[in-house]
Amino acid sequence: MIGRLFDGVPARALILGAALLALAIAAPLFASDYMLTVLILIFYFAYVGQAWNIMMGFAGQLSLGHALYVGLGAYTAAALFVHFGIGPWIGLLVGVPIAVAAGAFIGFLAFRFRVGGVYFAILTIAVAEFARVGFDHLSWTAGSSGLFLPVKQYSGNDLWTLRGLPVMFYYLLLAATVAAFIACRALLKSRIGYFWLAIREDEEAARAAGIDTFRYKMIAVVISSGMTAFAGVVYAFYYNNLFPEQVFHISRSIEIILAPIVGGVGTLFGPVLGAFILTGLAETLTGALAAIGVDIPGAKQVFYGICLLFVILALPDGVWPWVARHLKLTERRE
Amino acid sequence: MSSLLTVDGISKRFRGLLAVDKLSFAVPEGQIYAVIGPNGAGKTTLFNMIAGVYAPDNGSITFNGERIDGLSPDKVCRRGVGRTFQIVRPFPALTVEDNVIVGALQHRHDVRDAQAHARDVLRRLDLFDKRGQRASALTLPDRKRLEVARALATDPKLLLLDEVMAGLRPTETDRMVSILKELNRETGITILLIEHVMRAVMALAARILVMHHGAPIAEGLPAEVVRDPAVIHSYLGAEDL
Repeated sequence: MIGRLFDGVPARALILGAALLALAIAAPLFASDYMLTVLILIFYFAYVGQAWNIMMGFAGQLSLGHALYVGLGAYTAAALFVHFGIGPWIGLLVGVPIAVAAGAFIGFLAFRFRVGGVYFAILTIAVAEFARVGFDHLSWTAGSSGLFLPVKQYSGNDLWTLRGLPVMFYYLLLAATVAAFIACRALLKSRIGYFWLAIREDEEAARAAGIDTFRYKMIAVVISSGMTAFAGVVYAFYYNNLFPEQVFHISRSIEIILAPIVGGVGTLFGPVLGAFILTGLAETLTGALAAIGVDIPGAKQVFYGICLLFVILALPDGVWPWVARHLKLTERRE
Repeated sequence: MSSLLTVDGISKRFRGLLAVDKLSFAVPEGQIYAVIGPNGAGKTTLFNMIAGVYAPDNGSITFNGERIDGLSPDKVCRRGVGRTFQIVRPFPALTVEDNVIVGALQHRHDVRDAQAHARDVLRRLDLFDKRGQRASALTLPDRKRLEVARALATDPKLLLLDEVMAGLRPTETDRMVSILKELNRETGITILLIEHVMRAVMALAARILVMHHGAPIAEGLPAEVVRDPAVIHSYLGAEDL
């Protein structure tokens, strides 16, 4: 099964992938503390971008409310930790089903009543906004004043309670990104993957070809929301504070979708490459501006805008398909 | 011969327009059966009712001994009815092979089995050499055959072909006719086709149903139907065939 997963991938692509992975594993040895925080952000966005890509890139369902699943995962695990001292991995077992339930609710409403395209996107925004306002008034999670996880100086890393140094979060998110990449590759090469692509391409034709489109769209939402909730748990324990206005805000949802769009919607490497381009370059820009003593608020957002404009105009399929073509990394079929 | 498909008194009304009016016919197993008639006669509506896109307002559709009227399109397909669309709808960004694999996966869970089956189908439809191309890059005749290939890959007992000859040049029409004939002869598949190209209809159909304003005006052997005065008046015109 694992062997078959890489059938048709050119050797040079495998070698390049392995080299990049080795580099990523070795990065904390030579990266500065600041660099490491940037890399953490990159892999965070690569991972959630991959999760979002399942819905949009594979099954063709545009979600503009993925902050909902991040937030539900984050708040559930954080609240269980703050109130009951329950660790994040147990919190994950509660947070993921909650996020999945929310995703399934949206999916059921939309797919049962044939809400598609932009109307589906609006529904996802609406539910995320509803959660934002709801959590603002939920006293159990401290409402709008924010939920804080207890922080103390750490001498070591405790993976079980996710209390530790940034390097631990780095490896955790790197592992999650690699796992998500492999899982998505496996899904895409499976029966489900073929059905998703068919639905993305032409839903009516997919139905005529025998695909229960409701079922496969629901599967996409469930997997995507569950995966995203994991990122939320990590987010909560990395930042140690949660505000509904931040976590559930639509700008968080937009941030999530930028990396896969820039990298290439529907491609496996697009979310990873997009995260490197956007977060990597944006942080470099911020750093460079700070170095010369210039502080322009919102420079990062402007930079995101320019990147998006460039990609939409010059590479509408995203950067990765272009890179893959030029480096001859595209898949062969026997 | 028992009938594989029995349409019994079905009607479909869209607002004020009666698109199909108490239509009945039966298609015996293994036969090629054609439905002809002028534009707006209700042929595609009839197809959409058989394929599950619309539920008929009245009447019943029985396929392989089971009622299928009112079932969703995917369920109808999985029971053994494959269809093509009048305006072709391949999955544009997928390769020709992947398009057909999607169909083949309906009754196969392993992608490799589906791929093997898809390739058999592609060979039959003369598309094997183009299997690596994106569907969006195909010419119309190729897309028409891809449409048939994808439907065929779902292992249907009954193939519904909605104007697969439309827009084809005569040589391409003949190629499609011979492919369909061979398919019917070798696999015994039942074919129900809507067609305007009389050259293809006469070459393929064992029986013809002529529709006009949603109702049948003639049904029978091709040679009888084309001599029927009502058919000549409403559809064929007085010209020689």
